[in-house]
Amino acid sequence: MATSADVIGVASPAHGHSDTDRELGVLGPRPVAKTGLWSWLTTVDHKRIGILYGLSALFFLVVGGVEALLVRLQLAAPNLSVLPADIYNQMFTMHATTMIFLAIMPLSSAFFNYLVPLMIGARDVAFPRLNAFSLWVFWAGAALLNVSWLTGSAPNASWVGYANITSKQFNPGLSADYWVMGLLVLGVASVAASLNFFVTIINMRAPGMTLMRLPVFVWMTFITNILILLAFPPITIALIQLMMDRMFGANFFNVAAGGLVILWQHWFWIFGHPEVYILILPAMGVVSEILPTFSRKPLFGYPLIVFSGAFIGFMGFAVWSHHMFTTGMGVIATLAFSITTSIIAVPTGVKIFNWIGTMWGGHIRFATPMLYATGFIAMFTIGGFSGVMHSAAAADAQQHDTYFVVAHFHYVLIGGTLMALLGGLAYWFPKITGRMMNEAFGKVAFWTIMIGFNVTFFPMHILGLNGMPRRIYTYSGDMGWNFWNLVCTIGAFVLAFGLLFFFINMAMGLKKGAIAGDDPWDARTLEWSIPSPPPEYNFAAIPTVTHLDDFWHSKITGKPKPQYDGHPIHMPAASYYPMVVGIGMFVWAMGMIYKDAPGGFLIAGAGMLALIFGVYGWALEGPGGYHVDPSKESGAHN
Amino acid sequence: MGHAAIAEHDQHHHVEHSYTGIPNKKVLMWAFLASDCMFFGTLISTYIIYHGKSLVGPYPVEVLSIPVTTASSFVLLMSSLFMALAVAAVNRKDIGQTRLWIFATAFFGLIFLGFQSFEFTEFFHRGVTLQKNLFGSTFYTMTGTHGLHVAIGVLWLFSWFVYSYFGDISDKAVDIESTGLYWHFVDIVWIVIFTVIYLVEFVGIGG
Ligand SMILES: [Cu+2]
Repeated sequence: MATSADVIGVASPAHGHSDTDRELGVLGPRPVAKTGLWSWLTTVDHKRIGILYGLSALFFLVVGGVEALLVRLQLAAPNLSVLPADIYNQMFTMHATTMIFLAIMPLSSAFFNYLVPLMIGARDVAFPRLNAFSLWVFWAGAALLNVSWLTGSAPNASWVGYANITSKQFNPGLSADYWVMGLLVLGVASVAASLNFFVTIINMRAPGMTLMRLPVFVWMTFITNILILLAFPPITIALIQLMMDRMFGANFFNVAAGGLVILWQHWFWIFGHPEVYILILPAMGVVSEILPTFSRKPLFGYPLIVFSGAFIGFMGFAVWSHHMFTTGMGVIATLAFSITTSIIAVPTGVKIFNWIGTMWGGHIRFATPMLYATGFIAMFTIGGFSGVMHSAAAADAQQHDTYFVVAHFHYVLIGGTLMALLGGLAYWFPKITGRMMNEAFGKVAFWTIMIGFNVTFFPMHILGLNGMPRRIYTYSGDMGWNFWNLVCTIGAFVLAFGLLFFFINMAMGLKKGAIAGDDPWDARTLEWSIPSPPPEYNFAAIPTVTHLDDFWHSKITGKPKPQYDGHPIHMPAASYYPMVVGIGMFVWAMGMIYKDAPGGFLIAGAGMLALIFGVYGWALEGPGGYHVDPSKESGAHN
Repeated sequence: MGHAAIAEHDQHHHVEHSYTGIPNKKVLMWAFLASDCMFFGTLISTYIIYHGKSLVGPYPVEVLSIPVTTASSFVLLMSSLFMALAVAAVNRKDIGQTRLWIFATAFFGLIFLGFQSFEFTEFFHRGVTLQKNLFGSTFYTMTGTHGLHVAIGVLWLFSWFVYSYFGDISDKAVDIESTGLYWHFVDIVWIVIFTVIYLVEFVGIGG
């Protein structure tokens, strides 16, 4: 509660030294609400934006999960028709698209937002309004992808959208258009957010927070965001080329005019492989924070873990064609990508040994976050093994497009990423809410998830090796696939219950969990040195960092806490314009999808106008701000 | 005084925090341009991959005009010079000169766009359309994206020009330098496009 904050509006002449009066501020007053819906919709506070990202991601995790359950019901037994075949295509396409772009990526984003400024000793990100913009554009893209259900034409060409399954000729209707526009808009959100975090990590660090004193989570965020900056452009251009083909009759992927459908695969995987590191590196960062805390030891081989992460990020751009071993690229290309793919397993293995080394000889506490972190190591290692198997091109030719691949990437994405991110939620829940989650129930949820996950996905290895292809609608009863498919479906429901337990535990913790205090886990990084939940300005006094794990170091050596110097703290003002721009982008994209319908172009134009208005309003209102005096805050600084 | 005075100043004017000493907006622009390199890299690669793959004409060698494009390239390069002068002026806090060179940059950007619309119209009349062949698809998408970048830059520069009459532009040196970085980048991309699409076509190594 910033009861004593003197909020400076544009029209307030009393504060001659505020930023606002140096800007033109011609487009109306700024939002001043501190509580309630509007304060959340107009917020530029990285912690609130992080929470909104997190809640959206969990919502879409449920949506994508229900889609997965429907897919599993359809496949539970041979020759079922739980869903009509075309709805089934939409269901598995939207399951993957939702999980990757609307659940896992934004859940990572939630951690970036909430944690990075706290971990580097900053009061916010470098561009608070750009951060709100990313959130709104993400919502616009998420809405675009999902309103397609209401029109009966959800994306249906799988998450890789290979040409020419997406061409107008073979995919009439609007399914592919929704997919193209949704992903384009989501790409804008991702790139904008990455620019912000790139600058934040480079420039907003507290004094003494050198690069080699950054928490590993911040390092992995940094590498992830560089990957997003470099990997999203190829897919964006490919989507624009597909849009030109579908909406304006261009020939990029038109075989009849000499176009090469294989080009799409190259563009897609030049994005798609870095994308899997975009999905896994933040999770590795989370695990690298949890393990030292619950082993009561520093992270083993900090520089090795950092450089391995950077090397993985770099090599991530040199392996994309291992997704295309069966396309007939030729011996040399196949060999080259086989070798680079094998090489990339090395830094990954280095990390795994370092994590084990961290636990080795440690005073280990198996609290819920630690269960997830160790679960991550075990499950990710299994997913990594099947990944290395794919690097052998000859073996991959057998496994390609079978359930073996489905098993592999679910081990990496659920057993790896989701496991780590759930652990992260359990770990930072006390910091975010000020309350603890129930440990006993948390462990029940963990084991339910762990068992459900393995029952669902381990049999898929067997199904894949027995030749069951991906993405098939149904199968005949004499293929020998019946038993394991039924097991998979049962496991999926167990997994769903596990996640449900996790959410119930979160809700219960929020309502009546024990009060957490600043540092409930006896942790190591700066976010634990401030109150839970942190005040809006994060740090009353910006810390001066002298060591890796500075907070842990100061607890041991008794280094005095930094003292507040009495100057009011400048906070960035809230803004309406990120919302205006986000809504404008949604309207524009809808207009483009319906450009051939009457008024379609008009709608697109109106959206574009709203977008331009929002950009100018944003530029002209300036960052603005108001001052907060922590010494007058009610109970925030204790 | 020294330190205390700076701290005082910090509190009231919120001089932005920067660990490296490089302003946030400049780091942002550099990072964006790195990303933009990949955008244009993908577009230009597509053009090269599809070069000589069109099944029907008109082919690039029949329509591309070196003299016209040389002229428009020269105009764009000159605008980069003006942009540099504008940045120098705003760093001197010389409002008049800043305004003048920003206007000149934007105006030359407009001339370049004029050349481009002339070229597009000309090509269109000679049968090069987006739908006609791969050359049309790749050419219009790539140069169109570049033209859109120029157009956004022109709009940005004209906005600064108008702003200079209402706000204190001498306060905006970092912002204008960021605009400048963007503008120079768009020019450099054009040099690459001009080389790869126009010059190589006639040197005969374009396949
Ligand atoms: Cu890959």
